Amino acid sequence: MTMDAFTTFVISKYNYWAVVVLIMIGLYAMIAKQNLVKKIIGMNIFQTAIILFYVSSGAKSGGATIPIILNAHGEDGIPVRAMDYINPLPHVLMLTAIVVSVATLGVALSLVLKIYNQYGTLEEDEIRLKIQKEAYKSLH
Amino acid sequence: MKEHFPALIVVTPLIMALLVSAMSWLNKKLCFPTTVLALLVSLLSSIGLLLRVMSEGTVRYRLGGWSPPWGIAYEADHLNGLILVVVSLAAFLNLIGSKALVAKEFDQKEGPFYTLYLLFVTGLLGILVTGDAFNLYVLLEIASLSGYALIGMGNGRASLAGLNYVFMGTIGASFYLLGIGYLYLATGSLNMADISAILPGILPSNVVFLAFLLCLSGMLIKMAFFPLHGWLPNAYTHAFSTASSLVAPLTTKVMIYVMIRISFFVFPPAFVLTGVDISGALVWFAVVAMVMGSVLALSQKRLKRMLAYIIVAEVGYMVGGFWLGNRLGMNGAILHIANDVMMTLCVFLAAGAISYKINDDRFSALQGIFRKMPFTMAFFMIGALSIIGVPPTCGFFSKWYLISGGIAAGQYGFVAALLFSSLVNAVLFFRIVEIGYYEPFPEGHHAHHARSGPKGGMAEAPLGMLVSLGITAGLLIVMGIYSGDIVNNIIQFAVPL
Amino acid sequence: MMETVVSIKPLLAILTSLLVIPVILSSRTPNIRETWTFTAAIIKFLLVASMIPIVLAGGSIEYTIALVLPAVAIKLRVDSLGLLFAMVASFLWIITSAYSIGYMRKLREHSQTRYYCFFALSLSATIGVAFSANLLTMYLFYEMLSLATYPLVTHHQDREARSSGRKYLTYILGTSIGLVLPAMLIVFQSSGTLEFSPGGIIPDTMSPVMVTVLFFFLVFGFAKAGVMPFHAWLPAAMVAPTPVSALLHAVAVVKVGVFCVLRVVTAIFGVHRMDAFHLDTILCATAAVTIVASSLIALSQDGLKRRLAFSTIGQLSYILLGGALLSKSGMTGGFLHIAMHAFGKITLFFCAGAIFVSTGIKNISQMAGIGRRMPITMAAFFIGALSVIGLPPCGGFISKWYLLLGTIEAHRIGMLVVLLGSSLLNAAYFLPVVYRAFFCTENEALFEKKIVEAPVWCLAPLMLTAICSVILFFYPQPFLRLARIGVQAIMGGY
Repeated sequence: MTMDAFTTFVISKYNYWAVVVLIMIGLYAMIAKQNLVKKIIGMNIFQTAIILFYVSSGAKSGGATIPIILNAHGEDGIPVRAMDYINPLPHVLMLTAIVVSVATLGVALSLVLKIYNQYGTLEEDEIRLKIQKEAYKSLH
Repeated sequence: MKEHFPALIVVTPLIMALLVSAMSWLNKKLCFPTTVLALLVSLLSSIGLLLRVMSEGTVRYRLGGWSPPWGIAYEADHLNGLILVVVSLAAFLNLIGSKALVAKEFDQKEGPFYTLYLLFVTGLLGILVTGDAFNLYVLLEIASLSGYALIGMGNGRASLAGLNYVFMGTIGASFYLLGIGYLYLATGSLNMADISAILPGILPSNVVFLAFLLCLSGMLIKMAFFPLHGWLPNAYTHAFSTASSLVAPLTTKVMIYVMIRISFFVFPPAFVLTGVDISGALVWFAVVAMVMGSVLALSQKRLKRMLAYIIVAEVGYMVGGFWLGNRLGMNGAILHIANDVMMTLCVFLAAGAISYKINDDRFSALQGIFRKMPFTMAFFMIGALSIIGVPPTCGFFSKWYLISGGIAAGQYGFVAALLFSSLVNAVLFFRIVEIGYYEPFPEGHHAHHARSGPKGGMAEAPLGMLVSLGITAGLLIVMGIYSGDIVNNIIQFAVPL
Repeated sequence: MMETVVSIKPLLAILTSLLVIPVILSSRTPNIRETWTFTAAIIKFLLVASMIPIVLAGGSIEYTIALVLPAVAIKLRVDSLGLLFAMVASFLWIITSAYSIGYMRKLREHSQTRYYCFFALSLSATIGVAFSANLLTMYLFYEMLSLATYPLVTHHQDREARSSGRKYLTYILGTSIGLVLPAMLIVFQSSGTLEFSPGGIIPDTMSPVMVTVLFFFLVFGFAKAGVMPFHAWLPAAMVAPTPVSALLHAVAVVKVGVFCVLRVVTAIFGVHRMDAFHLDTILCATAAVTIVASSLIALSQDGLKRRLAFSTIGQLSYILLGGALLSKSGMTGGFLHIAMHAFGKITLFFCAGAIFVSTGIKNISQMAGIGRRMPITMAAFFIGALSVIGLPPCGGFISKWYLLLGTIEAHRIGMLVVLLGSSLLNAAYFLPVVYRAFFCTENEALFEKKIVEAPVWCLAPLMLTAICSVILFFYPQPFLRLARIGVQAIMGGY
């Protein structure tokens, strides 16, 4: 693959590349970060990337627009052409997915709050240390 | 009424969940009966649906009257018909059995608990009955979110375990969502029946291949398939017993159902078995899961934690059995889903009864438990025997199919791992017997002759707990004796080959 | 050819002791509890006995409980051999129930309700094995028996009981899950059935190596038969209360083991295949080694119950040897020995228990002169010993006679020597006990010349079984006829 072809390959599917990069960033944050809030931010980036993937998949080239149909069928005799409108279904689906991700965020944040009240920190390594100390204390 | 069973199964607990939530402000006493009522309706509708499926074949239901592929379709066949009954039954029995424990563990928070309980069950039943791939995702998240909350409500390390569960669960669900996205790009449909009709025409396709792998890996995370099991033991150990006895038996099994549904009813079996060609690898991973789950269970010192690792091994049974790729193995995997729900429920309910009485599930605290709670332990032992796989309990018969499938497929590693894990299970449970039955040792030689009455007396769990535990244990034997009928009348029509 | 009757009777015979458990659990006083045990035992025996006429007429009784696997049902079939075994077990349960009352109450044992419950459960499982029509049903009841006897073996709940219980389960569950289960699956995979049939069910296409491997799995897998090297659980299980050792470890459990092996040999492999693949030689050799080795070990045991345990291990292999001889007399002798040995050995165990109840003594070295204190018990012991050694006028003589005839019919002179030699060893480890009990000098005797017997509830049962042993010499029916009919069916065309 020549450099040119590669560039075209990347650019022509740039939305997917963006999604891939975002997913990787999100996963990295969830795995590598010690701070629980940062992990949650990573989780959100991850979910948003997927939402982006869906939404961008509904797009069409050639001036397609949002599916608010100006000419109801039969009115002016102009048929509704699907290619003039972007696919609305992924958008609708993502409304639900956004709700889900917000709900997940809510559950996660409330758990983080509980953890903070319990251990007084949000750094996972410090929390684990405290848990170990507790376990040690309860043994002796 | 009869034709609305599929919707009733899901909608009743959903609406009742909102009702219970509102009720908890007014009169807390009403929460429990309302929940019972909701799950009873679900249970009866599930049974009715299964009977309909058995007489008429696949039942299709259009939610809101919209016809597929635009509207959401609910579909019930022999596969999900059976699992619906088992899951709603398990949720119902657990509800009856854990009333006293809920009042103790979730003091003043019964309202939220029962709301979450109903939402969780709604999600799971919805996953089972839906015929729409995206709807499945939404219901999966309903079940998961309420599951996270149920787990995270526990004391001590529960919140951290719950948060880890949130992370892993979200990754799994997101993978599934991404896979469905790929599938949608390739087929333009989200209805499972529709997709499976379109897919054979567009194969081979890299997009479909990737879609399959993404869906599968999402499910493998969700079902805690070794080595993706990290979230499970902590979550089930540190949660309150009532929450873990609900979440532990059901979540993993429903996820295995989703794997079966997606792999063989959405994607064409021929493509999945030969085109993707990962069944051999998955069987070997299942072997590792069984062996490692059993070995890790051996090294635990807490009852619930040990049971959690047994679940990890059991997941290996079902995944391995399914990917053997022959009828016998799949028979075994599907039968084992049903059996494993009941036997895990049985041991977790018993663990709940124990923690109700002694507030501790460390092995050292179990000394003399057989004398203190003879009936609970008798039922616990029936569950244990089923997990070990002793006839006539149902665990034996699913294991029989699994091993036969392994022999027929020439996967002797799988057969050996199954037998190994059975033997380890025997060691695991009889270790508890040794602690609970012998210890503490009587003082002096021949002290037993003086030990005329039970020392300390009996202190059994509340009657409701015992009753539902007893029913569950009895069901293990009934399901064992009737396993031939279950296979002949239901499962053999559910096997997708 | 044979008339087959469908009847629920065999299931009822199994269930009587199962159904009595809730009643036992809810009984308010020990007397009511024991009354129910007795009632169940007697009903069970009558049910079993009522099936004799049909079986003696050459028929069999069948009952299918449930179809659990597509081609395999939980199914019961009463044939003459199963009935023989069931008769012995259910009759001796009545006597043992009486003995239990004397023993357990005198020693003020704890948890007697649990004891009676699991005893009833064990008997259900035993009869279940006897009446099984296929390998799966047999496996089911075999496992049930293993688990039901565990709380009985470990009744004392002390450290010794725990380690013995561990050994017991390791040997018995380990072999049944590790060996029998895979073997059963392989049999099912290759032949498509597990139903016992006189000619065996192993397909002829199976390779000799595979057949031999299966044979080893199935013979050693039923570790209750006490075949060496899987015998060590039996001496360990002697920590149990004596009635348990008496009924379970001389009759029910161990005979279930040999019964299973004999069933497998005759109805899974079939006599022809045993001969064709030289499996009979393997089984003969295994049995012979076990007989000689266990008899030698028994000589050196000081604990009376342990000596009896090793004697049992040897006697069990007599039964196996009878099956392995593949001759009509040998097999008749083997099956007959199930009954004859049962009556003899249970008497011996009852005596050991009576001695323990009365004096607290377990070791033979401390029993010098005990005949002066407990003459009736020791007289019964003598009769039991004679029966186990195989001397007239005791039932053991008849079965041993047939076994000896069988070795000659089968032209296995080596086995003849083993049988005779081991009889001498039997005499060598039993008769000194009796001798020292009665004929020791005044200063050797450890007991005063004052008759103090065990309670009558202990004494009557052991007298009864001793008398039965003698009666069986003069009147070995119906056991002999049942064994003959069974052997005829197995060996019919051979």
